Amino acid sequence: MTVASANPALSELDRPNSYIGKVVPRPNLERLMQGRGLYVSDMELPRMGHVLFLRSPHAHAKIVGIDAIEARHMPGVIAIVTGQELGAVITPWVGVLSHLKGLKSAPQNAIAIDRVCWQGEAVAAVVATSRALAEDAAEIVRVEYQELEAVTDMRTALNPETPVIHPSLGDNLAFERNLDAGTVDAAFAESDEVVEADFIFGRHTGVTLEPRAVLADWNAAEARLTIYQGTQAPHMVQNIAALHLGLEDSQVRVVCKDVGGSFGIKVHIYADEMATYALSKLLRRPIKFVADRVESFNTDIHARDHLCKGRIGLKRDGTIMAFEIDDLTGIGPYSMYPRTSAIEANQVVNLVGGPYVTRNYRARARVVFQNKNVMCQYRAVGHPIACSVTEGLVDLAALKIGMDPVEIRRRNLIADDAYPCVSPSGLRFELLSHHAAMTKLLAMMDYDRLRAEQAALRKSNIHRGIGIASFIEVTNPSAAFYGVGGARISSQDGVAVRLDAQGSVICQTSITEQGQGSESLTAQIVGSVLGVSMERVRVILGDTDNTPYGGGTWASRGAGIGGEAALQAAKVLRKNILDVAAAILQSSPGELDIVNNAVVNASGGSPRIELRELARIVYFRPDTLPPGIQPELMATRHFVPREYPFAFTNGVQASWLEVDTDTGFVKLLRHWVVEDCGTIINPQLVDEQIRGGVVQGLGAALFEKCIYDERGQLTNANMADYLVPMSGEMPDIDVGHVVSPTSETELGAKGAGEAGTAGAAAAVANAVNDALRPFGAIITEIPLTPQVILTALGRI
Amino acid sequence: MTAPVPISLDVNGERVDAHVLPRLNLADFLREHLKLTGTHVGCEHGVCGACTVRVDGEIVRSCLMLAVQMHGASVETIEGLSDSGEVADLQAAFRDRNALQCGFCTPGMLIAAQDLLKQNTEPDREQIRQHLSGNYCRCTGYQAIVDAVESTARARIGRRS
Repeated sequence: MTVASANPALSELDRPNSYIGKVVPRPNLERLMQGRGLYVSDMELPRMGHVLFLRSPHAHAKIVGIDAIEARHMPGVIAIVTGQELGAVITPWVGVLSHLKGLKSAPQNAIAIDRVCWQGEAVAAVVATSRALAEDAAEIVRVEYQELEAVTDMRTALNPETPVIHPSLGDNLAFERNLDAGTVDAAFAESDEVVEADFIFGRHTGVTLEPRAVLADWNAAEARLTIYQGTQAPHMVQNIAALHLGLEDSQVRVVCKDVGGSFGIKVHIYADEMATYALSKLLRRPIKFVADRVESFNTDIHARDHLCKGRIGLKRDGTIMAFEIDDLTGIGPYSMYPRTSAIEANQVVNLVGGPYVTRNYRARARVVFQNKNVMCQYRAVGHPIACSVTEGLVDLAALKIGMDPVEIRRRNLIADDAYPCVSPSGLRFELLSHHAAMTKLLAMMDYDRLRAEQAALRKSNIHRGIGIASFIEVTNPSAAFYGVGGARISSQDGVAVRLDAQGSVICQTSITEQGQGSESLTAQIVGSVLGVSMERVRVILGDTDNTPYGGGTWASRGAGIGGEAALQAAKVLRKNILDVAAAILQSSPGELDIVNNAVVNASGGSPRIELRELARIVYFRPDTLPPGIQPELMATRHFVPREYPFAFTNGVQASWLEVDTDTGFVKLLRHWVVEDCGTIINPQLVDEQIRGGVVQGLGAALFEKCIYDERGQLTNANMADYLVPMSGEMPDIDVGHVVSPTSETELGAKGAGEAGTAGAAAAVANAVNDALRPFGAIITEIPLTPQVILTALGRI
Repeated sequence: MTAPVPISLDVNGERVDAHVLPRLNLADFLREHLKLTGTHVGCEHGVCGACTVRVDGEIVRSCLMLAVQMHGASVETIEGLSDSGEVADLQAAFRDRNALQCGFCTPGMLIAAQDLLKQNTEPDREQIRQHLSGNYCRCTGYQAIVDAVESTARARIGRRS
């Protein structure tokens, strides 16, 4: 089923020369390809100081004393600042939100005061005229620690004998959520089979190629702070910086230039970034912080560290009767600010079982503190865990009753004509397409042929596996995500569009660009609606002084929310242009259209006046316009979803791989994805979001893990020991689409940024188990390293 | 600290004379002294490939070379390769295929890809993947990059024949 557009009002987009649905190159790629971009790490300002954070080598310790007397006299040193001293200009924060009931955390300081709670927490800032000189000075700062017992194992974090990290909180439980929907006990009692498994997810991190970078410039004369930062949410940074530095929002400008990768890593407020803003204010000069790679591993948020016990009940005919999960996750010593570290577990509870019909679902999620680096939202928050647990259980269930993995899904996925409907956890689905996606996937991968090939190769001792994973994805979040919990994180976005004096278009949007194509999709929409060619549309993003107020780019919201705002703003400008044109041409707006940068007759298309000429008249010869005409060649519109809290998307992935049962190595042979993100603005950009997302999921599936020892030391904080996907190991990925636009917007677009990551690991894990079926080995742990596989095979 | 050492080298066809500390690596020299910020620093331990440049025709990780080693050498960065037009077709293929997202790996990726295409005019996808396997890209998943390099190789062969 390829759903035709459910949005008849799409007429402005469905025009001759429309860019919607077309592959067009992103604007401004030349700059990046020629090495002439401007990342924060490239920036320099006069009198700029470089800050190096001296970081704790201990996971948990009392700071007995800091002796920086000698270091202060080292060459190039501008200042050495402790947490106590920085406290004069910045206040601490607590990462909680009111809609996550019971969530608690302790006050966190920009630089630790008295105590450090994870290896890598900053204990002092060394500011010098260069990073190298700051490092020289840092070497002779003497910090005396008294080591405290570190809480590292999430499984024992709640035991009475385990020390409580923040005594004022009473225990190490940050958050707990329980859900009991339908009649779970009865459903399990009625089941013919019940299958259980413990799913283990490695802690991993985003490894953006450009580390986190910030340049803060306090102008004492203007009493204004300019923050250059690679962030996904400039207005959020503005608000938080102002709040904790005792400033008004209007005293803080956040500028976001090119960003070297984000993926959720750069949507948070980090203590060292707060310290950098504060240092600029304290020292009255520009201060630059660029994390090095070791710091990135020790302080960029980690994600996923979950242990999840899962249970599924089913009938012999394959009917799934119930799901039950008990999820445990350790988030480090603080809940992150301001989005909190309870969201991932909360998402797991929301999403498990989401593609399926059963109404019986019970879940418990517990989020505990520990003395490790902080965890928080990273691309596809919670989805890979929920999907791996759900799809792992479904495959185990199929195995139990001897049913094909596709067939069991066919019998249980929500029917494509059953929408709108609500999940047991209360998620509202407007329109999904699980069955259509599955049908398309099977055709793309030639499922039956692949099964035959698999069987044939088994005879020559070659063990290949097919793994399938259906998924749902949260996109286009409304205020339900953060705003209702009291966070000043905007869920609406704004776009201002204006015709310049030469008939080109300038468009300011509150969504941001980190490579997804925000700039392109905005230009495509605006160009299509206005009838202006894309190269004449310039898009400005990432500057709180020069864009409307809005959320930014995260949670797969840029196209769906920012794109709709662009569409609505462009429609208003189009009307305004046609009104002026009608006045100039002594015609009526209804008889005119704009095509190829010129006003034309709506019928016949004969040219009437170039936009360039219209702009000349409006801006320079308004005296020649009829009396009473006041042209408005600029229009602004904002948009936020109101009907649905989230625009859910869906899809299905498949992995085809080979396991070497002697070495435990997995070779990925092919990967397929069919997803449904509604209206597709630029098919190439969507496909590349999917592919990039899949590969991040494949990294989690096979390689990526932050390995801590029992004392809370991160033992692989470098890119040689922490493995990421490289081109040699990655397969080609085929992407297909089903299109079910959301009716909540005229554009009909849902998000596509996280779908790839959501289901990739689940597909791989199921494929590995499928490959290992003759050996009776079942693995429910990622990353699927050779060690894990050989252990399961009993070879080591 | 040791005293600065004088070096003379050729960078993108221009003679450069400088005094550098012995500990200064080539990546920092290019970025901080010459302001050639197209050479990116991703890991500073020779794994990610973002700082790839050409020295006397060979690709190197500029974070693993010292500036003092460059005395008498010829260094080419992405800015130089862009201005000479040497990689213009490769850049066009990257643009058409959307083989970059955030762009941070792209200068190093382009230089590594050009190195392959100079050695092997007709690489298959596996060879492309292997040659680029020292250059980390977190955004694309690599397929678009492989496609762009493959199509550039084909176009170059077509132009020659």
